[in-house]
Amino acid sequence: MIETVRFWAIIILLALGVFFTFVSAVGVLRLPDVYARAHTASQTDTLGAGLALAAVAVALGWQHATVYTVLLLFFVFITNPTAAHAIARSAAEMDIQPWTADETNDSSGPNLEADDGSDLEESTDGFDGGESR
Amino acid sequence: MIPTDINEIFLFAAAIFVLLAIAMFYRAVAGPTTQDRLLAVNVLGTNTVVILALLAAGLDQPWFLDIALIYALLNFLMAVAISKFTVERGGVL
Repeated sequence: MIETVRFWAIIILLALGVFFTFVSAVGVLRLPDVYARAHTASQTDTLGAGLALAAVAVALGWQHATVYTVLLLFFVFITNPTAAHAIARSAAEMDIQPWTADETNDSSGPNLEADDGSDLEESTDGFDGGESR
Repeated sequence: MIPTDINEIFLFAAAIFVLLAIAMFYRAVAGPTTQDRLLAVNVLGTNTVVILALLAAGLDQPWFLDIALIYALLNFLMAVAISKFTVERGGVL
């Protein structure tokens, strides 16, 4: 009975991990600028990796490899949002302008060509990049 | 202890993670800024850590977890170091 419970716990954790990693992949490929991509990479990818590693930890049982897996899970939970925050902050300090909805009222989708900040001069005054540290 | 079906399920999940990691190469190649490419490589590294852990459970070889742990350490160090290098090059790095 306990083997059946563990089997379905592994199945559910792996399915949720694959689902959240799929959401992360779609977000990184489809979202308009680097800040939105850093948002989805910090949250859904951390959750997907954590659930998949939890499935591995449940499957390995009580042995010393489980300690490695739980250590890896906590390490991923701490360092993956930190890395996404560092990437988004370096994008902010290089004065990359965030994508706003009123810039693309004439195009069909998010303009991937405009996020070098060359034609977004009217929104620069509300975004201080490196001075506020 | 673990039945064979569980091992095949872990290998199938690892195959799906490999496909999602290959999809990250589009953003790593076509990303407009340096931070887009760095973020794509960071997500790809996290997927690689998960793939190594799933292979450790699927192939029943627990020493893959050591490689996954070292890979996670180097992935975090890469993300922080390159994002610091792009802002102040010549400063710390």
